[in-house]
Amino acid sequence: MIGTLLRIHWTNLRRDRAAQLLTFVVPIAFFTVFALVFGGQGRGVTGRVTVLVVDEGHTETSARIVRALRGEKSLRVRTLARVSDRDTTRVPITRARAEQLVRGGDAPVAIVLPAGLDTSLARFDGGGVPIELLSDPSDAVAPQVVAGLLQKVVMTALPDLYMRRGVGQFERYTGGLTPRQRQAVDLWLPRLRAQAAADSGGPVAGAAGPAGDSTASDALSGMARIKVTEVLGRKEDTSLVAFYAAGIAVMFLLFTASAVAGTLLDEVEAGTLERVLSSRVGMTGLLAGKWTYVTLLGMLQITVMFVYAMLAFRLDLLRHLPGFALMTVLTAGVASAFGLLLATLCRTRAQLGGISMLVILPISALGGSMFPRFLMSEAMQRMGLMTFNAWALDGYVKVFWRNVPLPELWPQAAVLAGFMVAFLALARLFARRWERA
Amino acid sequence: MTVLRVEHAKKSFGATQALADVSLELREGELLGLLGPNGAGKTTLVRALAGRVRLDGGVIELFGRRLAAAETRESLGVVPQEIALYPLLTARENLEAFGSLQGLRGAALRDRVAWALDWTGLAERSREPVKRFSGGMKRRLNIACGVLHEPRVILLDEPTVGVDPQSRERISVMLDRLRAGGVSMLLTTHQLDEAEARCERIVILDHGRVIAAGTLPELVRATVGAQRVVTLRLDRAPSAPVEGLAPEGDGTVCRGQVHDADLDLAALLRRVAAAGCAIRDLEVRQPSLQSVFLHLTGRELRE
Repeated sequence: MIGTLLRIHWTNLRRDRAAQLLTFVVPIAFFTVFALVFGGQGRGVTGRVTVLVVDEGHTETSARIVRALRGEKSLRVRTLARVSDRDTTRVPITRARAEQLVRGGDAPVAIVLPAGLDTSLARFDGGGVPIELLSDPSDAVAPQVVAGLLQKVVMTALPDLYMRRGVGQFERYTGGLTPRQRQAVDLWLPRLRAQAAADSGGPVAGAAGPAGDSTASDALSGMARIKVTEVLGRKEDTSLVAFYAAGIAVMFLLFTASAVAGTLLDEVEAGTLERVLSSRVGMTGLLAGKWTYVTLLGMLQITVMFVYAMLAFRLDLLRHLPGFALMTVLTAGVASAFGLLLATLCRTRAQLGGISMLVILPISALGGSMFPRFLMSEAMQRMGLMTFNAWALDGYVKVFWRNVPLPELWPQAAVLAGFMVAFLALARLFARRWERA
Repeated sequence: MTVLRVEHAKKSFGATQALADVSLELREGELLGLLGPNGAGKTTLVRALAGRVRLDGGVIELFGRRLAAAETRESLGVVPQEIALYPLLTARENLEAFGSLQGLRGAALRDRVAWALDWTGLAERSREPVKRFSGGMKRRLNIACGVLHEPRVILLDEPTVGVDPQSRERISVMLDRLRAGGVSMLLTTHQLDEAEARCERIVILDHGRVIAAGTLPELVRATVGAQRVVTLRLDRAPSAPVEGLAPEGDGTVCRGQVHDADLDLAALLRRVAAAGCAIRDLEVRQPSLQSVFLHLTGRELRE
């Protein structure tokens, strides 16, 4: 009896392509996408963080720090930038420009090496001007990574400075070195400096010292003063709540759009489509009606999500209403068109279910609904831009984190509108099969 | 007066010729039965009449005008074989939706919905979702949704399939009320008894062609002629087979056919007497539509 039941189920599975898709293909597709998203494209390499460096001191010390930062494989250091969006002349980055670039999302972090840094490092009294990190709070990880690396870089790039200052402190509290001790220190300092230069890939000055001695650096770790400044608006605006509200809303919007657009297939099966098309309504009118409905439903769904985020998590929705409205209309419109395209591509509801899972979950992962794109590798970030939901999320991020005015949303608006038109055109094309035979 | 005319309709789907050459006409106030085995081309013809299939050749005219014109299509009502209703909507909401899609608005729509609910006997259940309805109720509503806009010609594709005798009777009464108002109907059905009882004329399609058309007596004359079916109830089963008769059950009931009752019936009765049987009951009747249908289309299964 069990054998008979097994045979029935196995036969059903063999003949049900949607079930096969869900059972075998979808999990593999998911695994692949997530392995790529989280696994550094299978090479175990995490993405490099772009860092803007503002050298306000222009001293040898600041130059050594910049050189050492360039030697860090996990950082992409930029010291030059275009004057503005219109003027493409590349000039050294100023603090104001760095702030502008971080706010605009060009880089998650900028390091400001202030004038007077030479006298501020390794003071052991907490005084002096700190190194400043201008951070984009939308990226919770990059500032931490850069701060840690900056500590390391300062220690390893300037060991001689730290030793000299340390000896100074020692002399201050113990009454000075003996001539022999002084001679040993003077001999050691150039070697430390040469070694640091060699480690950071810069020119080696002075005599070569013993390599691999990091004891001094380790002991002094954490002694560079770093001040982190978030360059965007008020704190509650910059939380991840807005990002996840948008991410989750867009992902579920896609499922909703696909499911509701799937009523087209129900209508084919039930015969109501035939009846509707026999009335005064043509296929274009029918698709337009369904697209309008799904778009309105999607707008409502996103709005409910953001209102909830406002009430439960103090998301400042009201202050961002125009941008939110624009992004919501476009996002719902393109998701609705996408749902219609999927429905017109499929022959049955079961097929639509399988294909929706297969398409929506991976593009949600790639587009950043599940995991912020800025934490993905660059290749994955670029790949994500092929999905419309990445553009939608970028738009919401611009609205809620960067407080950009409406006109600056034009790239996202244009791309989403382009996707929408393309999806609708394709859906109309595929729907021809239900028209007059 | 002819309200709907089909002339030399041709339609192929790939290598399959669904309509080879179909010509027929529907007269004003008439109920025309369109019969045929599976795959004969009935559905293709109905879909072509409904504007859902583009003919490869031939002409369809409604009230003397080509069917393609949108205003002409408004005179046409289509009742599909499927229960083409929205199951989560109530009866009233379905009627309002399909009425609106047919262009009814405001008071006209309200009046027609009220009429339809009364006509179908669903007024008391008008606010219930259709998914809770019985098969017969859905069928009635399905018909109502196709005639809300008061078409003068109605295409009915198997309107009573799968319903109980009571519902079928109710649907018949509904259709009679429409016909009393001068509406012309084309009815496709496999229920030959229904077609025989209700249709003024019958068109039989097979292999995409009209193989017979006319009233039932005309069809009988044109096919089985003066042939009659004879049923005899005997006092006992014949001890030996009687030529021209086939025993049924315990053998006391025998059935046969005579090509001409005037000439052949007396000879048949003599053969029964010669077999030693006494006749308790005798029935002679005209062959049914089913006989005509099977005579024309054969007994092989069409699958």
